[in-house]
Amino acid sequence: MKLVTAIIKPFKLEDVREALSEIGVQGITVTEVKGFGRQKGHTELYRGAEYVVDFLPKAKVEIAIGESLLDQTLEAITTAANTGKIGDGKIFVTELAQIIRIRTGETGEEAV
Amino acid sequence: MENQIFELQYAMDTFYFLICGALVMWMAAGFSMLEAGLVRSKNTTEILTKNVSLFAVSCIMYLVCGYSIMYDGGIFLSGIQGGEDLVSSALAASVDEGFSGGAVYAGASDFFFQVVFVATAMSIVSGAVAERMKLWAFLAFAVVMTGFIYPMEGSWTWNGDAVFGMYTLGDLGFSDFAGSGIVHMAGASAALAGVFLLGSRKGKYSSTGAVQAIPGANLPLATLGTFILWMGWFGFNGGSVLKLGDITSANSVAMVFLNTNAAAAGGLIGALILARILFGKADLTMALNGALAGLVAITAEPSTPTALEATIFGFIGGMIVVLSILGMDKLKIDDPVGAISVHGTVGLFGLLIVPLTNDGSTFTGQIIGALTIFVWVFATSFAVWFALKKVMGIRVSEEEEHEGVDFSECGMEAYPEFVTQ
Repeated sequence: MKLVTAIIKPFKLEDVREALSEIGVQGITVTEVKGFGRQKGHTELYRGAEYVVDFLPKAKVEIAIGESLLDQTLEAITTAANTGKIGDGKIFVTELAQIIRIRTGETGEEAV
Repeated sequence: MENQIFELQYAMDTFYFLICGALVMWMAAGFSMLEAGLVRSKNTTEILTKNVSLFAVSCIMYLVCGYSIMYDGGIFLSGIQGGEDLVSSALAASVDEGFSGGAVYAGASDFFFQVVFVATAMSIVSGAVAERMKLWAFLAFAVVMTGFIYPMEGSWTWNGDAVFGMYTLGDLGFSDFAGSGIVHMAGASAALAGVFLLGSRKGKYSSTGAVQAIPGANLPLATLGTFILWMGWFGFNGGSVLKLGDITSANSVAMVFLNTNAAAAGGLIGALILARILFGKADLTMALNGALAGLVAITAEPSTPTALEATIFGFIGGMIVVLSILGMDKLKIDDPVGAISVHGTVGLFGLLIVPLTNDGSTFTGQIIGALTIFVWVFATSFAVWFALKKVMGIRVSEEEEHEGVDFSECGMEAYPEFVTQ
């Protein structure tokens, strides 16, 4: 089981969500975050004083997924979140040690 | 002794005009808060900048030439006298009118009262074009609207001039007490012309025709704005009685305040109930629009209806505005705050119900007046927006629209988060 964490542009969230539904992914968690990679922020002026807006708004999407759907999930996110411009984001895949469904107590692959 | 009574009357009527003007000025704060509350946080600074600037532009342009075009007040207000002969000429005018005749008051107070109406008409446009228009293009339009377009139609209505020498609206039975048509429908007409050329916000209408909700960022501000407008409207309608200093006028003023309030209350309930029926929930934003719709509906004639009639007129206006907002979305006309519905659709309704309680007006007169105002304002506004679109462009780029116009137009956020200082 894997945890897929994708940092994407916020306005791409709906597209990514639809793409994931289409391949059968049933649950995701979304957080509003700020960050930057190689996409630089910009400098603004406030009453004559310069300040740097480094942190850009992004959306973090987390999905717990079984091995069988992993490649399709990565494909779906990459395609849906792509704009071709700098700042499209990154996907991180980490090992997931255990999953438990709270309501029923199911564990492992059945809880995905 | 008689002169002293005239002086007191003059002072009272001038004072009344000034206070009502100040109340209408306060409506600018109302519009600012309402619009700031109904746009997204990334577009808040820009809409506030737009609102404060358009108020200033309106005041200046009306001073430069608008007042002269509308009321023959002289360029740069040269027609408003100053100096010693003010007193003697005022007394002479008072004797002419007599105690119960038309009000006599300071010329400066007349300008002050009129200029805040111009700003009101202009600020209606700012809500409809929110979140995607270039700020400076909007202000350029404001210069023309407040310096020329509005004064022209104002001169044909409140100043009784013939429309390009062809016909006189007053003679045809047109009556618009405080401006449902002259101010509100006119503002909405200018807004409609702008929105046609501007287009809807990205993502508002999906390719399948579904309407996407784009929720406002601050409903407390929107509510505050509505209450501020409600209170300011007492000056808007109340001041339009134009006189306070005798019993008949004072009674009229009291009735106008009462009816204005009743219509707002009726409008809010009408919209709230209809929204509950249609959506299953109590929609605050519809309720707020409903209150304003009630106010717009009564503005064309707040003195002759009974209190119950005023409440009912407002109630109907509140229902009309809900249907109009839904209708606009069906037509893919994107109006983030419902300005065109509140001021345009209900402004027209307000004009058409005047003959129901006022024998001095006729339905044909109201329709001809409404058409005159709409055609003039829409056509000239369309021409100006079109010219601006060609010369400088009126819409921000897609990138800027995503980031928020706060950054592209103003360079500062309204709700800065993640500050590192």
